[in-house]
Amino acid sequence: MNKRRATDPIAPARLPQDVDATQALLRTGDYLAGRDLATVVFLALRMGRPLLLEGEAGVGKTEVAKVLAGTLGRELIRLQCHEGLDLAGAAYEWNYPRQMVAIRLAEASGAGSAVAASLYGREFLVERPLLSALRERPEGPPVLLIDEIDRADEPFEAFLLELLSDFQLSIPELGTVRAPVPPIVVITSNRTREIHDALRRRCLYHWLEYPDFETELRIIALKAPGIRDEIRRELVAFVQRLRQEELFKRPGVAEAIDWAHALEALDVTRLAPRTVTDTLGLLLKYQDDIVKFGEDEAAKLLEAIRAEC
Amino acid sequence: MPDTQQGGRLVENVQAFCHALRHAGLPVGPAQVVDALVALRTVGFAHRADVRRALSTTLAKDPAHARAFNQAFEIFFAQPGLLHRIATTPLLAPMKRRSGEADNPGYRLIKTSASNTEDRRAAQLTDRSRTTSAREVLARKDFEQMSPAELAEAQALMRTGITSLREVATRRVQPATAGHQYDPKQSMRLMLQNGGHLVKLARRRHRLRRPPLVLICDISGSMSRYTRTFLHFAHALRSGGHRVHCFVFATRLTNVTRRLDEKSVDRALENIGADVADWDGGTRIAACLERFNVEWGRRVLAQGAIVILLSDGLECDPDSDLEFQMQRLSLSCRSLLWLNPMLRFEGFQPLASGIRRMLPYVDRFLPAHNVESLRALAQNIALASPRP
Repeated sequence: MNKRRATDPIAPARLPQDVDATQALLRTGDYLAGRDLATVVFLALRMGRPLLLEGEAGVGKTEVAKVLAGTLGRELIRLQCHEGLDLAGAAYEWNYPRQMVAIRLAEASGAGSAVAASLYGREFLVERPLLSALRERPEGPPVLLIDEIDRADEPFEAFLLELLSDFQLSIPELGTVRAPVPPIVVITSNRTREIHDALRRRCLYHWLEYPDFETELRIIALKAPGIRDEIRRELVAFVQRLRQEELFKRPGVAEAIDWAHALEALDVTRLAPRTVTDTLGLLLKYQDDIVKFGEDEAAKLLEAIRAEC
Repeated sequence: MPDTQQGGRLVENVQAFCHALRHAGLPVGPAQVVDALVALRTVGFAHRADVRRALSTTLAKDPAHARAFNQAFEIFFAQPGLLHRIATTPLLAPMKRRSGEADNPGYRLIKTSASNTEDRRAAQLTDRSRTTSAREVLARKDFEQMSPAELAEAQALMRTGITSLREVATRRVQPATAGHQYDPKQSMRLMLQNGGHLVKLARRRHRLRRPPLVLICDISGSMSRYTRTFLHFAHALRSGGHRVHCFVFATRLTNVTRRLDEKSVDRALENIGADVADWDGGTRIAACLERFNVEWGRRVLAQGAIVILLSDGLECDPDSDLEFQMQRLSLSCRSLLWLNPMLRFEGFQPLASGIRRMLPYVDRFLPAHNVESLRALAQNIALASPRP
């Protein structure tokens, strides 16, 4: 099975040919990926395997799928997981009202036996994200994003196993639906629950770290271009420092970008302790963390940054 | 299988590397080995970082495995200039030496903890006088107080407690004759069975499920005689299919949940003994609860978990932020039960400052020293659900 996947990659001409090309591809979608992430994405694309991304909230896990879909010109199918997500919500559902109407109509017109045979046909099937991802598309297989899988419960995870290893779904009334070309699958998890080993085994795994100073600087420059250069340096240095503090929830890249936008909107020309504490709610999302971090701490941190720069 | 033409040794060396990982405790099966080979061939050997990432993404699929993987990788491929010879050099010899070391649990322990400064500091605080071998200590703890029959009875009692745990509604549904929802799927089936006539509407209701349990167990010196019983209890629950997470702490917190998956309880406890470095030491409750809150709280307390804390509340560090950590723990779970063996003394007054600081945040405060008190626990767990 692995051989088939390795030697028949999905539409090879349109997928990046090596790690550098993958990095460049993500870059065209305004996503700055480190070489290790690019390697893993490249492998996932070439080997046709699902990619499991774990990491703190706000490091850009979901974004990987969005950017991949955008840059490869594929459809993005997103399945947001939640507690109690079931077959009817995730994969498919029969259109019961329509079936019942069909029966009544057939009875009225006297064609009852003919309709009985077609009652569980494709036209009565309501597609949900997972089934929809298996359908062939002219532009190539879609990107299937299974977001925050840790929010779904264990039975759903078990159900995913068939889909992720063989890219097929068994519908008892209809038969097995198999994807002609496997979709590009990206699964994200925030680790509010441990993902089962069986699921991990089927995926390529990557733990997404917070970016380093230089990378984050480039990300902010890309996402909030209106902000002045020295403020940007201070901002990024501040966020990086903040992540080393003993916090309950450390700020992610998404928070840093929000903060940059906020400082831009406030027309800040210099980071002052007062400005920091006033806008801290954009970086820290727990009251305990905010209380712990008063004006004095902000001033101290800013001083330390300026001494370094 | 990928071809073996690249110098002929690639497959063997990757296999040897996987073998080393397996000895370090990583779940690496034949399928992963094949994946690793395919991944290696796909990224090529031009960049060392790519090779490392290709191997780690296919072989180390848990953040907890990252450290072991990195060490194994360094040992295997670290020497400069060696990389291009991966495909040609037989590396089985160093692997053999490694595997010999890995057989010794003490070595494993050093391997996983020595590089962490916090662990080292914790180890210095620990009283090591009685911990010549963690296994031995655990063996000596055997049934110190309870006879085997008593212990069996205690475990049976605690199991009853869990089965009577109040169930909470999940968002999944199941067919039910008197359910509160109309079930279109089942109704359609019934209709077809009756030749297209709607005879009866099927109904469904939300499925009920017992909330997960999180056990946090104090293994400091003052608690030694209760630890084993409690771990037996945890093992019985886990093997009974309940959702249970188990942590032990004295000066540092260890997650032992996976160790409980061992079928034999003795084997499981032996493994826990090998994992844990701080048996019978002092207690740093606040520090350990903080680690739990920060690292594990959000991962194991979802879905309305009930937390059972087994501790005597004798905190070594008077300046710790115990109240804060207890409050956070209490706020993030459905119900917090505290089992304290000190309650066995009649007329016990919670005078120790640690106990007084922890008490306000606890939903129930219970004794845990004999069969009678375990019986009370069983009843209390059954009642523990009402807090929304």
